[in-house]
Amino acid sequence: MESFFTRFKNVLVLVAILLAQTIGLAIQVRRPVESGAPDGGKVTLIRYWAVSIVTPFERFFHGIGSTVRGGWSNYIDLRHTRQQNHDLQQQIARLRIEQAALAEDAIQGHRLQSLLDFQQHYVATTVAAQVIGTSGNDLSRVIYIDKGEADHLKTDMAVITPDGIVGKLRDVFPHTAQVLLINDQTSGAGVLLASTRIRAILRGSTTGRILINNLTPDARIKPGEQVLTSGGDQVYPRGLPVGTIDSIATDPDHQPYTLIQLHPAANLNQLEEVLVITGTQSDLPVQAKKDLAAGAATAEAQAAQKQLADQQAAEAAARSAAQIVADRLPSLHDLDQPGASATPATPGAAAAAPGGVVPHPLPTIHPDRYTQGTTPPAADLKPGAAEDKSSGSIPQSTAPPPATPEPAVPKIKKPQPPKDTEPPSTTQNPNPGTDKPNQ
Amino acid sequence: MATHSYTSRRELEQHSFPPAVALLVPLSAIVLQALLPRPFPRLVILDLPLIVTVFFAVSRRNPVAGTLTGAAIGLLQDALTNQPIGVNGMAKSVIGYIAASIGIQVDVDTLTTRVLINFVFFLLNSFLLFLINRRLLGLTSFHIQWVHELIRAAINTAVALPIFFLLDNTKRRE
Repeated sequence: MESFFTRFKNVLVLVAILLAQTIGLAIQVRRPVESGAPDGGKVTLIRYWAVSIVTPFERFFHGIGSTVRGGWSNYIDLRHTRQQNHDLQQQIARLRIEQAALAEDAIQGHRLQSLLDFQQHYVATTVAAQVIGTSGNDLSRVIYIDKGEADHLKTDMAVITPDGIVGKLRDVFPHTAQVLLINDQTSGAGVLLASTRIRAILRGSTTGRILINNLTPDARIKPGEQVLTSGGDQVYPRGLPVGTIDSIATDPDHQPYTLIQLHPAANLNQLEEVLVITGTQSDLPVQAKKDLAAGAATAEAQAAQKQLADQQAAEAAARSAAQIVADRLPSLHDLDQPGASATPATPGAAAAAPGGVVPHPLPTIHPDRYTQGTTPPAADLKPGAAEDKSSGSIPQSTAPPPATPEPAVPKIKKPQPPKDTEPPSTTQNPNPGTDKPNQ
Repeated sequence: MATHSYTSRRELEQHSFPPAVALLVPLSAIVLQALLPRPFPRLVILDLPLIVTVFFAVSRRNPVAGTLTGAAIGLLQDALTNQPIGVNGMAKSVIGYIAASIGIQVDVDTLTTRVLINFVFFLLNSFLLFLINRRLLGLTSFHIQWVHELIRAAINTAVALPIFFLLDNTKRRE
């Protein structure tokens, strides 16, 4: 018997170790495992020992790296900082305008939600943490942060960046915590397609892609659509950006369903700092209320400025129109003093008037009955006189019509040339009706 | 003149390492493996703990030591992931045992042998992980991409060669 153990010592040791680990695996997977759920107490203890061994080194190297990087970026590599600052100032100004445009809608929406007793969860408090390490395994997409129970972190708290969600806390140790990224194969989240408002479940994969595979084909779902958290998983607050749809294909494993691949909003491969959401509230946070109030005030100020500018523009336009009309009205020209009317009072007046000075009409070469000043007053007209073409004259009247109507006196006046025109040098047309000059 | 007689290759070239090296090198590999992918995400393709496991196993030429070294490194690696503890432990235990058994029979100090054993052991590690995840843990969604695994094996073999030469200097001949 002794010789058996001596002879097969190596194999027996291997078998014993494999058996022990197999039993350990069986114990770990026996309990009902939810996706991304924390481990049991004993496993957590083993992980805690391992993390306690590795984390001090990670903190040490992370500290050295941060110091070197900070020294370089804060004291040496300051090129383009002024330009960057200028760009950021411009961006802030632009964002303030956008904030003002959206503030009224946000306030109104919040008021309506309150009226409808709609339960909304806003991010109230967060804890900033630095990423100090990873799992080092591409089958396990987890990261470690430098905050833990001492900073009031708990399991299942959501981890985000300003760009979008990152994952959730899986294991929390006294001074560090393990974050399960959303692209891990055991990860999941309730999401909402932004434009179509379709709810879905997001899952990670072994290759690190983020997938939605519980939706049937829908023509409304298009690549590029934004995906937000739905809040249904009780981990991520509603409305946080998750990513955008990258591609839509038929799922070969689950035929009626589609395989929607997402591009994450947060850069999950190079995370430096993250925010852990430690508290939510149904009311808007104080800072958000202040921002909204500031936005609303900016919007009011913009509206007042716009109204004032419109009013001033209207007044200027009215003045300008009156000036144009005053300059263009022919009644303002004194016909008796053509030279005075044609000459502006001031040298710059003609140039100031948009239309310039209205030119005086040239003398009529061939006056007829339609020529200005040739129409006799009604008192001088005799019924049937117009048909009397035998005289070949053009009736003309220079006297203004009487203020009070007088009985018409049949009277034929001799044709006279207009006062302000020269007599035509050519022969008058004997037949005015033909309006054709003799050649 | 004294004559020496050796009964086996194991007695001819069995190496040991100072305790500090035996402890710190695997730990450094695990720490580096956890640290490097953060600034350089593509380096997650490396498996430094497996390189160290193979090196210690073939150098010691002791299957028990190789098995225990592989199990310890694999379990520590598992503890840093969200996988059940034992997945990498089992795979590296087997690899440690086989590597040490091969080291008894074959001269593993030549370049060609090192290239060959590293490449084969990385593929074997991928296959063992596939078996454990698919059969023991029942993860039906676990797939293996063999092209990716071949690339991974080639890259890790290229990285393993200089590491082997570096660690050769820490050997303590008995």
